[in-house]
Amino acid sequence: MDRFRMIFQYFQSNSESVMNGICGLLALGSVKMYTSFDFSCPCLPQYNMAYGLGIMFIPPVILFLCGLILNRQSLVMLEEWRRPAGRRKKDLAVIRYMCSSIMQRAMVAPVVWIIVTLLDGKCLICAFSGSVDPEKFVGFANVSTVQVQQLLAKVPCRDDELMRNTSRRAVSRYLRCWSQALGWSILLILIIAAFLARWLRPCFNQATLLQARHWSNYIDIEQKIFEETCCEHSRLFAHKCILHFFESMRQEIKLHSFSLPGEGEEAEGEQDLLQGITDQDQVNKLLKTWYYEKPPLDVSQAHQR
Amino acid sequence: MDKFRMIFQFFQSNQESFMNGICGIMALASTQMYSAFDFNCPCLPHYNLAYGLGILLVPPFILFLLGFVLNNNISMLAEEWRRPQGQRGKDPSVLRYMFCSMAQRAMITPAVWVSVTLLDGKCITCAFCTSVPVETLGNASHPSLSQGEIQRVLARIPCKEIYNGQQLIANEVAVRYLRCISQALGWCFVLLMTTLAFLVRSLRPCFSQAAFLKSRYWSHYIDIERKLFDETCAEHAKSFAKVCIQQFFEAMSTDLVAARCHLPRKAPADAGEAAEKLLGITDQGTMNMALKSWHRCKPPLNLHPPALPTGNGWAGEGQPPTHPSAPRKETAAYYSCV
Repeated sequence: MDRFRMIFQYFQSNSESVMNGICGLLALGSVKMYTSFDFSCPCLPQYNMAYGLGIMFIPPVILFLCGLILNRQSLVMLEEWRRPAGRRKKDLAVIRYMCSSIMQRAMVAPVVWIIVTLLDGKCLICAFSGSVDPEKFVGFANVSTVQVQQLLAKVPCRDDELMRNTSRRAVSRYLRCWSQALGWSILLILIIAAFLARWLRPCFNQATLLQARHWSNYIDIEQKIFEETCCEHSRLFAHKCILHFFESMRQEIKLHSFSLPGEGEEAEGEQDLLQGITDQDQVNKLLKTWYYEKPPLDVSQAHQR
Repeated sequence: MDKFRMIFQFFQSNQESFMNGICGIMALASTQMYSAFDFNCPCLPHYNLAYGLGILLVPPFILFLLGFVLNNNISMLAEEWRRPQGQRGKDPSVLRYMFCSMAQRAMITPAVWVSVTLLDGKCITCAFCTSVPVETLGNASHPSLSQGEIQRVLARIPCKEIYNGQQLIANEVAVRYLRCISQALGWCFVLLMTTLAFLVRSLRPCFSQAAFLKSRYWSHYIDIERKLFDETCAEHAKSFAKVCIQQFFEAMSTDLVAARCHLPRKAPADAGEAAEKLLGITDQGTMNMALKSWHRCKPPLNLHPPALPTGNGWAGEGQPPTHPSAPRKETAAYYSCV
């Protein structure tokens, strides 16, 4: 029983740490993904905004869904939510607690992606270079509207000889400044919100929170133990089934052959292990029977014999 | 048995993590394979499409099959599917569960290859460079070039060093355009796959949880039963071999005693267990003979008979030899080596 107790404590303490670890790994993964992704703005008027905003918002959705998929507790919560009430009432506070903790963890990686994107600036430069007011910059005075749009769309790319370098760099700096300001502001707001939430939480409904946390841990552990017990049970079931099979083979051999089992010459231990099957043909017959006629999934007869 | 129980529990609880680990390793291997692969677009009008789409679609198919091959459970599934019914009915939902879980794991690596390929952009650039809209992106006012000529020029877009159509359409503009489309396709593909995975995982508890628990239990059971049966057979084979060899040595030593007509040397009283283990073979010549005999005439796979006559030296005590159901193999052959 000591072993089981140690295992329970392990599961209890590490369920949270496992989830936090996965969360951290996904956040690191999102940074790595961003740095290894080769961002190349199309520099075409109609495509820039779609590309820029797409790169800023689609990977966060993917990362959010990944965060939900990889979190084991989301399955537990769904099962608890959808199960028939039966003889155990459902407590909505517990389900809400589990949902909010899952969502919080799943939101970390998308937020990291968005902040890294904003602080780097390439996405916003690509998306909004066409929306900049050309009058703020020097190089657009005597150019027609269509031409202005074309030129502004090419700002994120460096290889067009039509662009004068100063104007391009000025627009680029302007947009990057906005992008980084936005990034830092969002980071500041989120950290303040997290700080307040953590500080103010004990002031409201602490007792309910403790109960919800306890029962959500309980549901998680109960499911793990159920799976472990099923494994243990299927192992024992298989063990009995196979012993029963060998026993019935031995009975059959005794009925059909006239040979007496060797007495006294073999060690007693070996005799037990051999189960009365002692020559090549008997072994072959046993293996063939195992394939062609597996025994029924019913070990109750093993007790009756 | 405690040791076996711990090992089985390890395998059971870690079967899933083991398979997930293999999945992750294969996904990493496919990204590595892609970066190590030297992509060389042929830059010829009809070959580009075949090459590009081939690199995009053929390796995922190979990786998918590899995912099945590397999965240990495929033989278990095949065995359960093809076995005769016998006394145990077959449950199609268990087979479906096993197949679905294997297919899901095998799909991950091809999906990673396709995503990495699309996000990188080289394949789509190579495959579709001849379909770039020259009218909108470039300078379409080149009446001197025929359609075929334009196709040949556009086909060289991926190969910058031989591209000669800068007046028709700038190379960088075309490459950026194609890469943008490729990356958009890549991200949409990843989003689609992730959404599918999420739906599959989250809709299951809503609809068929009881059936799922049943299928999962019985598929684990089949796996454990197969392992346990192999384990039992291995134990049986070990005991069989031990008794067979013991009988061989006993018969050998008795035969030698009878052939040489001298009493076996009595082991000193204090030698104990070591002397027993010598099985009556105590000198070089005898040992050599035993080894030669083991090589030339192995004993039959039949453990019944201490009572069977095993050669002309045997005194044949006790009951007359009974006939076991097994056919008699060579029983006296090793005496010819004496």
